[in-house]
Amino acid sequence: MSSGAAASRNELMVVAAARALTGRRVCFVGVGLPNIAVNLAKRTVAPQMELVYEAGVFGANPARLPLSIGDPTIVTGSTATVSMHDLFGLYLQGGRIDVGFLGGAQIDRFGNLNTTVIGEYDAPLTRLPGSGGACEIAINAKEILVIMRQSRRSFVAELDFRTSPGHLRGGVAAAQTRAAQGWGGRGPTGVITDLGVYGFDEDGEMTLRSLHPGATLDEVRETIGWDIRLPSDVPTTPAPSNEELRLIREELDPTGAYV
Amino acid sequence: MREQGVKLVTMRAAIAAHVHDGDTVAIEGFTHCISFAAGHEIIRQRRRNLTLARMTPDLVYDQMVAAGCARKLIFSWLGNPGVGSLHAIRRRTEPAALVAGESLLEIEEYSHHGMVGRYVAGAHRLPFYPLRSYSESDLPRVNPLIREVASPYGDESVWAVPPLNPDVTIIHAQRADADGNVQMWGLIGCQKEAAFAAKRVIAVVEEIVPTRVIRADPNRTIVPGLIVDAVVCEPLGAHPSYVQGAYDRDNDFYRAWDAISRDAAATEAWLQEWVYGLPDRAAYVAKLGSDTVKRLRPAPAPSGSIDYGDYR
Repeated sequence: MSSGAAASRNELMVVAAARALTGRRVCFVGVGLPNIAVNLAKRTVAPQMELVYEAGVFGANPARLPLSIGDPTIVTGSTATVSMHDLFGLYLQGGRIDVGFLGGAQIDRFGNLNTTVIGEYDAPLTRLPGSGGACEIAINAKEILVIMRQSRRSFVAELDFRTSPGHLRGGVAAAQTRAAQGWGGRGPTGVITDLGVYGFDEDGEMTLRSLHPGATLDEVRETIGWDIRLPSDVPTTPAPSNEELRLIREELDPTGAYV
Repeated sequence: MREQGVKLVTMRAAIAAHVHDGDTVAIEGFTHCISFAAGHEIIRQRRRNLTLARMTPDLVYDQMVAAGCARKLIFSWLGNPGVGSLHAIRRRTEPAALVAGESLLEIEEYSHHGMVGRYVAGAHRLPFYPLRSYSESDLPRVNPLIREVASPYGDESVWAVPPLNPDVTIIHAQRADADGNVQMWGLIGCQKEAAFAAKRVIAVVEEIVPTRVIRADPNRTIVPGLIVDAVVCEPLGAHPSYVQGAYDRDNDFYRAWDAISRDAAATEAWLQEWVYGLPDRAAYVAKLGSDTVKRLRPAPAPSGSIDYGDYR
């Protein structure tokens, strides 16, 4: 896509996710869209950010977009390459991660995530990859941002399996559980989709914060499997700048493989 | 007993001696340095009823499952990294996809930290590894080996995973000497812990170097020859995964495997052409061709050298 064309929905999602990282220092990165969002943030709103990859890298400076989470480009030029025992023990569980990016096949209204199975665990309709590091990231990163495209299949009233806990069943009980069990983080704080940006109310339930330019409330309702909370007056997500779009199109994803 | 100087063997000899039917096998290496050469030789020697442990089963276990080597999988992330699913494994985990005459694989799953912790506990000869994970997740419900334990020092509880002691761990690295002192750089994953946890260790390397090369840079040694039973020199033995500084990950092949593995007949044809039909890794590399190898060679980015000092 040439520079100057209107922003696509994926670009709106990536730009909104990058802006959500304003001022953050240490970010646990996933591949795909989170990776582009984080690298965009590093070039715009969070130049001091340290990128952490679960494969065992702190302070990555990837020279190309990694296809996999363990690409050699995350090693060359990094600040530290460490064992996975160190990465999960010292860096994540030790409380050094400000924000972790997660996604999933299913999310519910309290930000709980499923990446394990669709259907019954013992006889799944679809076997998904499973936790990877997601379960402990959800518990130990200081906050969680979720990037997912909206659909009725993915924004569901009931998860088939809870891989990574968010705000549990909501209410004060969720916060009490986090405190009582010594979790290092406060759970999901934002969900960034192709249609808008969501936050979580005091009681842990997801609520729309802004609608992307061109998206409608009807689309939002049609792609969420519960009665989504809406503010009385819905703001519009600020449009991407020309520079943000140029960075995505010319530097971060020049072949358009991801966005 | 592990005798010095007689460890350097062919892959065929290493697998014949150290991998047996029914064993628990860990071919470790997180995206980096996965010994596909060992996986293919295990397929060629038609090992059966293996329990395959790996954080990320990757294409190597998808191929071994397709070839009928496995009875059970122990893992923490089951996908084709950056691409999608491991379809041969899915055909053995989803009842609707199961082929007549096949049975479902036994599954034992953890998170990444839990899986690393299992090797750590195994290597340290401890009864469990404690961690902060799994709270309010459904994982302990489906895997009863993940258990909550009370802290002996207060009111807190944490979660525990049991030790994992593979019968054999197989790792791949840049270099070793003939005694199996292994040096590695780039992502080091959980290879050290998986090797120390194992009853037997096979170390596969790109290059055999004199012992003085190892001793000139001892911080780089991840596994000592003390725990290594067999050393195999197998250049490009990790393809289609990669070796830092030697060759790139063959992402084209990882993408191509998606289409191959979706179809059971295509998967079988691939195994015939690239595994059963070839005698060893050297033949695989020759078949891969120099253009592919050239495409995967990175430009150099050497580290600076450091001074350990001479203290006589």
